[in-house]
Amino acid sequence: MVDWTDFERSTILDIFSKMDYDTVGPKSLARCLVVYPWTQRYFGNFGNLYNAAAIMGNPMVAAHGKVVLHGLDRALKNMDDIRGTYAELSVLHSEKLHVDPDNFRLLADCLTIVVAAQMGAAFTADVQAAFQKFLAVVVSSLGRQYH
Amino acid sequence: MSLTAKDKSLVKAFWGKIASKSDAIGAEALGRMLVVYPQTKTYFSHWPDTSPGSAPVKKHGKTVMGALGDAVGKIDDLVGGLSALSDLHAFKLRVDPGNFKILSHNILVTLGVHFPSDFTAEVHVAVDKFLAAVAAALADKYR
Repeated sequence: MVDWTDFERSTILDIFSKMDYDTVGPKSLARCLVVYPWTQRYFGNFGNLYNAAAIMGNPMVAAHGKVVLHGLDRALKNMDDIRGTYAELSVLHSEKLHVDPDNFRLLADCLTIVVAAQMGAAFTADVQAAFQKFLAVVVSSLGRQYH
Repeated sequence: MSLTAKDKSLVKAFWGKIASKSDAIGAEALGRMLVVYPQTKTYFSHWPDTSPGSAPVKKHGKTVMGALGDAVGKIDDLVGGLSALSDLHAFKLRVDPGNFKILSHNILVTLGVHFPSDFTAEVHVAVDKFLAAVAAALADKYR
């Protein structure tokens, strides 16, 4: 069980309530595939990922970016039991998708930077801390069921 | 993960764009780090104030970012060019090298905040690689 201060809870919910999922999702996944190219190993059937321009313009990457970002919705609705909420998804990523859980952290870092660029100065150090704490809990929960 | 010619030219070009804001970027990145990763404050117990925008944070942010600017000029031989700084970090400061990654992350966040359109994915990967190479050069003498 994670303790959230009132500031953290309201900040996190506020960021996501204002988020443009259709922009942020695609940008974050694409950025992850460019900045950490080994993550492309999971997307062999996504077509052209040969260079940054191809990745940024790839429609399958964009679609999947939205799916992944919306995956955070359930954590937002269950902030007091993120671990339980993601137990099934953790098993899926481990048993079926075989994703190295280190990758969750890489994607979280890219998401942080995309959100920072969208929010500009409003992404203060305190807001960053709250946002990163939320993502750290999500990342930990997704890795929890691996064995 | 060595720096390609393309990485080097992207880093140099981008650093040219951010040069005028270098001091502020350094100060903000350091300020973010101290708030978001409070364990890093352990290295600054001698400062009266570790809050973002405080005098010691501003001064030190300027120092660090200035040194990174110098490192851009030495990008073809970071281990050689940063040898004295490596001595400093290894024998005097003894900063756990895990913290270089933490500060690098906060520099990237700050760059994203202030240069949302220039800090493209391609620039991001080049700068991330550069910061990792600098970190490796700084840790060179550790053991």
